[in-house]
Amino acid sequence: MGEMEQMKKEAEALKTQIEAARKAVHDTDMASAASGVAPAPRVQLKTRRNLKGHLAKIYAMHWSTDNRLMVSASQDGKLLIWDSHSGNKVNAVPLKSSWVMTCAYAPSGNLVASGGLDNMCTVYNLKTPVIKTVKELDAHTGYLSCARFLSDTEVLTASGDTTCALWDLETGKQKTVFLNHVGDCMCLSLSPDMNSFVSGACDSLAKLWDIRDGQCKQTFLGHTSDINAISFYPGGNAIITGSDDCTCKMYDLRADQELITYQDAALNSGVTSLALSMSGRLIFAGYDDFNCNIWDSLKGEKVGVLSGHDNRVSCTGVPPDGMCVCTGSWDSFLKIWN
Amino acid sequence: MVSKMSSKMVGSNNLAHARRMVQQLRVEASIERIKVSKASADLMRYCGENAKYDPLLMGIPASENPFKDKKPCTIL
Repeated sequence: MGEMEQMKKEAEALKTQIEAARKAVHDTDMASAASGVAPAPRVQLKTRRNLKGHLAKIYAMHWSTDNRLMVSASQDGKLLIWDSHSGNKVNAVPLKSSWVMTCAYAPSGNLVASGGLDNMCTVYNLKTPVIKTVKELDAHTGYLSCARFLSDTEVLTASGDTTCALWDLETGKQKTVFLNHVGDCMCLSLSPDMNSFVSGACDSLAKLWDIRDGQCKQTFLGHTSDINAISFYPGGNAIITGSDDCTCKMYDLRADQELITYQDAALNSGVTSLALSMSGRLIFAGYDDFNCNIWDSLKGEKVGVLSGHDNRVSCTGVPPDGMCVCTGSWDSFLKIWN
Repeated sequence: MVSKMSSKMVGSNNLAHARRMVQQLRVEASIERIKVSKASADLMRYCGENAKYDPLLMGIPASENPFKDKKPCTIL
């Protein structure tokens, strides 16, 4: 038997082994396990702020760790920094390329980043007298779909070239490239302990990566289309994904499998974005149908909806103190709800 | 919507790719898994312990809500 044939046989055997191992620990499912848990209260949130300022579709937003400032990115070619309490714009950063798909706020509050169809991640310093570009991270061969700061010196990116990368901001070079997806990478989420991250891609898979050794540790199957959104559960033992297959899913890292699917027969729009409340109990998922649906993460039931946008909800975010949820839309507005 | 350009697909006839795939599957097959009952119980416990700190779940009193518009005071 040629080596190619041997490899194919071994691959099939390993896949069967993994499936059997997952089945062997599947002694219940989350919905059954949570049947005794009191239902989450019906969640009715009000729009507290309607942030007007962008002139075109909003593609991304990210909260600062100070729970007050946030950055948003629009294909009007600008990043806007907002004071969410007052509703005022604090800064505007003009972008070299208006085809932006992601933005990020550094934990320190000193830097923001953006990127998109220019295949680059551009990092800006907000604290210099005039906002300056500090680095252009240029090595991806496909669009930049997501960026996240680990610190003022390291950035993680996800790209349409099917890779994710860890960058050194001092040299502007990639320290580690994470190779394993076979479809465009669309999203990433850092673990609470910052030692690992998860990515979602157009190959319908979510993958867990060790940041330091660059290795893919686990692969999560189940979605039947592109995964557009992903987030670690607080506590770090589970992840939530959102997909073009119109469902969200929870995967547990230690059981290495899907625990629950959040779906509704009436929902036939793709999930674009998601964010979790502070305890993880509530999932805020943005959809192509202009709504943001609120799910009880333990029981799998829809417990509310945020309606008000006049176009697709493209991004959602909950600040670290959990005091509100922000939705951003193709209608060019950001709304703050609580 | 920005179109998602399809990625470069590594030919499945590529031996090096097949070796990498098998190596990856070996790593994934070797992990320890815990029972779903334990995983679920731990998640439920986490939610339960943290529910009281979750403003969106518990509701926020108006006096503590930084996003609530303060009504202007009228001096009579």
